[in-house]
Amino acid sequence: MSHETHEHGCGCGCNDERIKPFDDLTSVLKKYADVPGSLITVLQKAQEIYGFLSFDLMRYIALETDISIAKVYGVATFYTQFRFEPIGKYLVMLCQGTACHVNGAKMIEEVVMDDLNIKEGETTADGLFTLNNVACLGCCSLSPVMMINDTTYGQLTPDKVKNILTEIKEKNDSQEGQK
Amino acid sequence: MKIVIGKGSCGIAAGANKIQSAFEENLSLAGLDIPIETTGCIGACYLEPIVDVFDDAGNKITFVNVTTDNAREIVEQHILEKQALKGLQITDADMTMIGKQKRIVLKNSGIINPERIEDYLSVDGYEAAKKCLTELTPEEIIETLKIAGLKGRGGAGFPTWFKWNAAYKSPGAVKYMVCNADEGDPGAFMDRSVLESDPHALIEGMLIGARAIGANEGVVYVRAEYPLAIVRLQGAINQARESGYLGENIFNTGFDFDLRIKAGAGAFVCGEETALIASLEGERGMPRLKPPFPAQKGYWNKPTNINNVETFANVPWIFRNGGEAYAAIGTKDSKGTKVFALTGKIAHGGLVEIPMGLTLRDVIYDIGGGIKNNKAFKAVQMGGPSGGCVPDSLLDTLIDYGEITRTGAIMGSGGMVVMDETTCMVDMARFFLDFTCKESCGKCTYCRVGTKRMLEILTRITKGQGVDGDIELLEELCYKIKEGSMCGLGQTAPNPILTTIKYFRNEYEDHIYNKKCTARSCKALLTYAINEENCIGCGSCKKKCPVEAIEGEKKKVHKINQDLCIKCGKCFTVCKFDAVLVD
Ligand SMILES: Cc1cc2nc3c(=O)[nH]c(=O)nc-3n(C[C@H](O)[C@H](O)[C@H](O)COP(=O)(O)O)c2cc1C
Ligand code: FES
Repeated sequence: MSHETHEHGCGCGCNDERIKPFDDLTSVLKKYADVPGSLITVLQKAQEIYGFLSFDLMRYIALETDISIAKVYGVATFYTQFRFEPIGKYLVMLCQGTACHVNGAKMIEEVVMDDLNIKEGETTADGLFTLNNVACLGCCSLSPVMMINDTTYGQLTPDKVKNILTEIKEKNDSQEGQK
Repeated sequence: MKIVIGKGSCGIAAGANKIQSAFEENLSLAGLDIPIETTGCIGACYLEPIVDVFDDAGNKITFVNVTTDNAREIVEQHILEKQALKGLQITDADMTMIGKQKRIVLKNSGIINPERIEDYLSVDGYEAAKKCLTELTPEEIIETLKIAGLKGRGGAGFPTWFKWNAAYKSPGAVKYMVCNADEGDPGAFMDRSVLESDPHALIEGMLIGARAIGANEGVVYVRAEYPLAIVRLQGAINQARESGYLGENIFNTGFDFDLRIKAGAGAFVCGEETALIASLEGERGMPRLKPPFPAQKGYWNKPTNINNVETFANVPWIFRNGGEAYAAIGTKDSKGTKVFALTGKIAHGGLVEIPMGLTLRDVIYDIGGGIKNNKAFKAVQMGGPSGGCVPDSLLDTLIDYGEITRTGAIMGSGGMVVMDETTCMVDMARFFLDFTCKESCGKCTYCRVGTKRMLEILTRITKGQGVDGDIELLEELCYKIKEGSMCGLGQTAPNPILTTIKYFRNEYEDHIYNKKCTARSCKALLTYAINEENCIGCGSCKKKCPVEAIEGEKKKVHKINQDLCIKCGKCFTVCKFDAVLVD
C-alpha cells in the first residue's frame, strides 16, 4: 500500500518523510503481508534481520501490512522475544526456570552481573554483551544453564562462568586484532 | 560397525558436538572408516554426553559422560585393541534408571536417528496411520481412544477421545488440528525431547487425529526457545511430505493433510488453548472465555482440536497395540504412561517414562537415585507454576491424576523439581509468583493485581519484613484470585502458595516471627560471622566486601561489623578456608 491512501493528518505517521523503507524486509513482506495472521512471523523475521524492532521499523511494517501501528506495537510488546533496543554482539540468556533456580541460578546471575558490570536487560558499554533472563532453556537436568548466542552451557559454577566469559572476550579481542 | 552420539539439546549442551569432532579426528588418525550417526535423547541426561558403539554383530556398548580424551581412548583401546573400558561404560545402577521404565512415548528416543524417516519406518512407523486411514472409520478411531482411556498430557488431563469426538461432531468443512508444543512449565522438557528425538511420532499422531476429526490442515505451535526442535521437526515434515505421509491423497485414500510450524514468541499464557489460537492468528496471546470451546470455534473460528505433544506421541502406539493394551497399563482412573522431567536436587536427573500407578517415592528414589550429595529430601514440585509442592509425608502418593490433585499439586505436564533441605519453601512460592505475575496477560484484575500483591507480600517475608497476619492475608488473596480469574493461569497461580502454607507453614512462621530461614537461603535473614579457628587472615573477604564491613590485619583473625554488613554473601563465597559462618 502506498503513502497516499492515508489521509493527511491521520496521525499514524505514514506521511512522515523520515520513514525510510527497510529494503531487506521486502521479500518477507512480499511473502507475508497479505497472509492473515502473519504479524508475529513478520516481526520475528524483521528482528532476525535488524537485530531489534525500532519504532521506525514497526511503523514501516504497519504501513506495509495495513495493520495499525497501535496493534503492531501492542503485539510486539506482548511477547518477550521482541526487543526494542540494539543488543550486544553476544546475547547471554540466563535461565531462571525452576530447576535452575533450585540449583543456584541467582548465584550465577550475580557472577555474570559482577563480571560484565551490567544488570538484566542491559548491554555492556563496549557493545559486546547483553544480559537477558529467560524462563527455561529446556536443558533443566544440566541446570544451572545459560545460552550465549547459539551455544548452551550447562552445570555452571561461578568459576566456569568466569572462564566462559573470559574466553569469549579473548576470542573477540584476537578477532578484532586480526582485522 | 557404527558409532552413535546422543544429540538432543541437552547432549549438545553437555558437549556432544565436540565429542563428535574428537571421534572424527581420532578415527581418521587411526585410518578407520566408521560411520558416526546422530540420535536423540535417551533421557539419562546426567550421563550426557552418551556414545553407543555397535560392533559388526550389532551388539551395543554404551559409554557415558564421554570427554574428548575418552573419545581417543574409545577409538584406540576399545575399537582397535578390543579392550574393555570399565570406568566409562554404563553401570547396572544406571541401567535401573532406564530398566524400570515403560517406554511408549520415549520408545524411539535415543535409539533411532530422528533426522531419517527410514529409521522411523523401520520400527513400524506410519503403520498405525495406515491402519487408521485405510481400515478404520473416524468413529472407530475415536472409540479405540476411548477404550485406551488416554487423557491429555498438557496439564488439564481431559480425555482425548472426548475432545476428538466434539471436533468430529462439530459441523463445518474446514477444521484444524493443532499441536501445543509451547511447553511453558519451566522445568519440564519432554515435549522438546520428543520433537528432537522422535518427531515422526508426533506427525503420525496428528495425522491420525486429523483423520478422526476431518481436518486437512495442522499447525504445531513450538516454543521460541527450542531452535533445534524446530529444525528437526521441519526436517521430519519435509521427509513425511516427500514420502507421501503428508500432503494430498495419503495412502491413496483421498484424504489430504498438511502440517506447518508456527514459532511462538515467548509468552507463557500462550500455552492456554484460546490464547494459543489468538497467537496463531497474529494477535496478542490473551485467553478468552469458554464456551465456545475450540472444538466449536477455534482457529479462524473453525472447529479446532488442540492436544499436547506427548498426547499425540501416545497415539501411534495405541493403534499398533490396541486400546485394551494401553488401558491395561496404569490405574483405574489414569491409563498408560507419563513422562516426567526429573530435575533439581536429584541424583539422576533426566526424562523418565513410567506406568501410571507407581508412587512418587518409586520415581524419585528407585529411578531417580534419590537426593544429590546425601542431603535430606524436602519436597517435590509438580505442575510448575500451576502446581504445588508435595512433602516427604506424601511420597507414597500414587501417580494418578486424582491422587496427585488431592495433595494440592497437579500432574501438570510432568515437571518434577526435587528440593532438599537447602531450598526455602517461602522463596519457592515467591519464585513462582514472580513468574506468574510477569506472565499474567493482564486481562483479569484479580490475576493482574492479585499476583502482584501476593508477590510483594512474599518478597517482604523473605526479606525479614513479614508481619503478623501475612499468612492469613495470603490465603484470602489466594481464594479470591482463584475465583476471580478467567483462565487457568490465574485460577492456579495461588497453588504454589497454598501448598507451601499447607505443608510448610512452620517455615513461613520462622520467617515472619523469628526472622529465620532454616534453609539458609534467604540472604537477608542470615548473619555472617568469622570462625576464628579457621581464619588465617588472608584478607580475601575484606577485599571482596563491597561495604567495608570487614576489618582485620593481614595474617590476623578478621571480624565482620554486623552494623555495616549488607549480607551479600560475597565473603562466604570467596573464603577458601571455611572461615565464614552463616546462620
Ligand atoms: C496458563 C496455561 C498454560 C498452559 N501451557 C501449556 C503448555 O505449555 N503445553 C500444553 O500442552 N498445554 C498447556 N496448557 C493446557 C492447554 O490449555 C490445553 O489444555 C492442552 O494443550 C490440551 O492438550 P491435551 O488435552 O493434550 O493436554 C496450559 C494451560 C494454561 C491455563
Ligand atoms: S529450568 Fe533452566 S533449563 Fe529448564
